[in-house]
Amino acid sequence: MKFERYGIGVAKGMALTFKHLFRSPITVQYPEEKLVVSRRIRGNELVWFLDRCTGCATCAKACPQGNIEIVTHVGDKNNYVVDKFEIDTGRCMFCGLCVEACPYDALAMGRSYERAQHRRRQLILSKEELQLSDIRQPSGYARPKIEAALPKQNLLVYWDRKEGGQKLSWLGLSKKRGRGV
Amino acid sequence: MTLLEQFQLWLGSSWPDWAAYIVPGIVGIVVVLAFVVITVIIFIWYERRLLGRFQVRLGPNRLGPEGIFQPIATALKILLKEDIVPAKGDKVIHWLAPVIVFVPVLMVFAVVPFGERAILTDLNVGIVYVVAISSVSAVGIYMAGWASNNKYALIAALRTVAQMVSYELPVVLAILGVVLMAGSLSMTQIVASQNLPFIILQPLGFAIFFLGTVAEMNRSPFDLLEADSEIVAGYHIEYSGMKFAMFYLGEYGHALAYACIISTLFLGGWQGPFLPPIIWFLIKVVAVFSVIVWMRATLPRLRVDQLMAFAWKGLLPMAVINLFIVAAEVLWLSEITPWLLVAVNFVFAGVLVLLWSKLFALGGGRVEV
Repeated sequence: MKFERYGIGVAKGMALTFKHLFRSPITVQYPEEKLVVSRRIRGNELVWFLDRCTGCATCAKACPQGNIEIVTHVGDKNNYVVDKFEIDTGRCMFCGLCVEACPYDALAMGRSYERAQHRRRQLILSKEELQLSDIRQPSGYARPKIEAALPKQNLLVYWDRKEGGQKLSWLGLSKKRGRGV
Repeated sequence: MTLLEQFQLWLGSSWPDWAAYIVPGIVGIVVVLAFVVITVIIFIWYERRLLGRFQVRLGPNRLGPEGIFQPIATALKILLKEDIVPAKGDKVIHWLAPVIVFVPVLMVFAVVPFGERAILTDLNVGIVYVVAISSVSAVGIYMAGWASNNKYALIAALRTVAQMVSYELPVVLAILGVVLMAGSLSMTQIVASQNLPFIILQPLGFAIFFLGTVAEMNRSPFDLLEADSEIVAGYHIEYSGMKFAMFYLGEYGHALAYACIISTLFLGGWQGPFLPPIIWFLIKVVAVFSVIVWMRATLPRLRVDQLMAFAWKGLLPMAVINLFIVAAEVLWLSEITPWLLVAVNFVFAGVLVLLWSKLFALGGGRVEV
């Protein structure tokens, strides 16, 4: 007589969930905590490099939406000087055609993914706003030099204590945790 | 003599007779109502946090310290919601049902001993009163299902009635085992007689009672009447606003009430060393509730036929056998040391569970129609 189905399965299941009780929660509490994204992420923003741009407007021609507005005048050395370089990111679908089209590598996809605004007019970015800054960094996509300098993607940010990450307490009580992108 | 009766005597010496009856009653009702509502709110938060931890997530932790005010926010939201009555529903019964579900839950607490004398009324038939009152909720749930004029609600209501009727029998038989050993139906007497908690003396009775009560309070894995995946939300599918909140409170109140009853009957109630009785009682209640949440986090829902079979083929015969064993022990072996009884009962429990695993195979996972 073989004894089976006498409740050992229930006991095993209960033991398993009990073990799960002592694991660290995997929840990322988003606005406060952020995971490090892929180094080659195509974020929803564009980065524009003033010194490389010749004002040729290839990007504006490549844009399927016609979002890029460029106004130039002729400078001292018979070159274009960019007066106005505006991208309406509200209509932009981040297809990246402008980045591919640029012959001088003056446009790049950025890393950030938090570019929501409260007003539509705030989505039209001027040439000052589009330039490289602390919060506007180019992604490593198709740019191996940039990629090598970026932090590696890390889904377990709290375990990486060397870089300031902290393992969550059992209840998730820890206050000092999480890093920006 | 309970604290309330002492209060009544003390008032009776100075106040008029009628006030000496009414004032202690009102005080007791307010204290118990406040206890139930506050504890239920804390339990809702506790269950969500604990369930979150079982599922390796955090649970609500935003509102207040560690999310403790989340149930209050939920309650406020529910209060502000529109109260909808189905056009073709039975309006009077639709209104009455939440009350009939919630009030018996509160009434159970009248005989729960929170401490040696901290009990509203020490009824000499306390446990019978609990059994009688707590079954009334099934009527309320049935009324809700009927008045909603909704097929899912009615299915849930019918399931509830079947479930309540089925599981009432093993639960009562398990209670009888306790009553036989304690020699009294009064809750205070049952607690006082537990020098050794009855969970050790009657492990099988405890298992039967625990599973039966989990089924009666309609908690997972016996939550067929709510069964989100099959009948949407069951009997409260057509309820919104405060009436839904009454069902929700009633459900958790039921869980709290049964956790209290389980701790009273099997875990030694307020008895315990060092700490004050009320703390011991609350520790035991929270422990029982945690195990219920643990079961919810683990076990999948039973099928309807499995539910019925588990009650009638599994728990009921075992409960009858358990009752016979306990009765024989009380009759013939009452003089011997209790630890021998403990050993005998654990052996009986193991053998019976193993035997029933052979008898109660349910077609080996196949459904036989």
